[in-house]
Amino acid sequence: MDWNNPWIFAGVKFIAINVAFVAVLMIVAYSVLAERRVLGFIQGRLGPNRVGPGGLLQPFADLLKFILKEDIIPDKSTRFVYFLAPVIAITTALMTIVVYPFGPTIHIPFTDWYVPLVVTRMDVGLLYVLGITSVGVYGIALAGWSSNNKYSLMGGLRSSAQLISYELSLGLALIGVILQSGTLDLYSIVERQSGWYGMHWNIFWLQPLGFLVYLISAIAETNRVPFDLPEAETELVAGFHTEYSAMKFALFFMAEYVNMLTVSMLATTLFLGGWNGPGVQTFPLLGVLYFLIKVIFFIFLYIWLRGTLPRFRFDQLMSFGWKFLLPVAILNIIITATLGWFGWI
Amino acid sequence: MSIIGDVIESTKAIIKGMGVTFSYIPKGKWTVEYPDEPVTVQPRYRGQHLLHVDEYGREKCVACFLCAAACPSECIYIIAKDDPRSPMERIGIEERYAEVYNIDYGRCIFCGYCVEACPKDAITHGYNFELSVYNRADLLKTKDDLLITKQVQSRNYRVASSEEDVDSEYKEV
Repeated sequence: MDWNNPWIFAGVKFIAINVAFVAVLMIVAYSVLAERRVLGFIQGRLGPNRVGPGGLLQPFADLLKFILKEDIIPDKSTRFVYFLAPVIAITTALMTIVVYPFGPTIHIPFTDWYVPLVVTRMDVGLLYVLGITSVGVYGIALAGWSSNNKYSLMGGLRSSAQLISYELSLGLALIGVILQSGTLDLYSIVERQSGWYGMHWNIFWLQPLGFLVYLISAIAETNRVPFDLPEAETELVAGFHTEYSAMKFALFFMAEYVNMLTVSMLATTLFLGGWNGPGVQTFPLLGVLYFLIKVIFFIFLYIWLRGTLPRFRFDQLMSFGWKFLLPVAILNIIITATLGWFGWI
Repeated sequence: MSIIGDVIESTKAIIKGMGVTFSYIPKGKWTVEYPDEPVTVQPRYRGQHLLHVDEYGREKCVACFLCAAACPSECIYIIAKDDPRSPMERIGIEERYAEVYNIDYGRCIFCGYCVEACPKDAITHGYNFELSVYNRADLLKTKDDLLITKQVQSRNYRVASSEEDVDSEYKEV
């Protein structure tokens, strides 16, 4: 394939982006269903099982409902920002999906093309992910502000405060991996974790502490239980999306689940060896399966945690983030750097 | 040192809690998929009333008005009539019978006092519970709806057997 022809290049990328987009949205739709059903099972209920076999068509029924609902706009809201906020939330959530490698380089039969299974391979992939997800805070903060509602504003402020605090420990937890890999390219990071029967995965090989810090701050980053203070129903009605209805609310809802998926994919890529697994060298397409299994494990973990843990108080959340997670993350960096100094990495 | 101890303790607690929640996933569910499977009702359940008949098909009600007098919401309306025919030909077991026996389910509170008051065991609570209607006037049930020979029993319930320990109200915790 002539990659130097801009039209071919753009066309292939366009198709790849659309495939990734649709795949992510399908996974998101079904993780919503999975969440509702698994939560039901945990609580001794059945969950939604009426639409289609075993409730498998429920996401489409929900989508239809969201589209058909009345779209209410508060009279005193700041109209332009009010419309812009959900767009920012969903766009920034979806933008990061392009850098995750979901499989090794495969050889397309009957040709001499070798295609790495990643939409776009960036030298600064990790930095790109961190940068884009940080912009997502704007969606929440602006939604809270533009709704002209005290509960929305409180929810938005809490959310921004939480996201900014935990972004710090999240970033520091990743530095250990970066020190160890010596690159920001996600594809190379995954490649470096191959071999040794999985013992080279970063979670086993020197980054277990980093993994734990990352996991906790990732849950806080995505506003999930037990860190779902921005939408604490008991005190804030529904937090920043109190005034949003119909498809605008659906966009926030989708953004939350897309974020869940992207942090799961990042955790898989950085700590669980991405697409590495037994037999990947012989059958490269198995890598996609391994990647999916690991991501689904993380999503299940999210749902499982939601069924188990109660919500933090806001001051507990802040002191936990600043006084515990941050020092642990720094400790992890010091350990990794010391080991690196002695050349044991 | 106390921080490390706290971390270990709380991690243990979280793992224990997650074990508990995970163990519930394969367990049996409490949900009753109601229209598809029947609801289990207690033997003492108080549903729509039944007016009973004796073994010859004669109505047991003698129109004594004790049920109407006992009713706290005054939802029972009776018109009594005398039937002078021979014992085997008449409608009720006695000469006097209820020509009209209406229960207004817009008012009935299902307290069961009418059943307690009845000297002839003519009125009891059945198990039918699907009483919603589209028109409020339809809540007034006449003898045609209440007589045990005429009332259609719903398929959506099953009565719990006496051995079954589903009676949560009296279950020892």
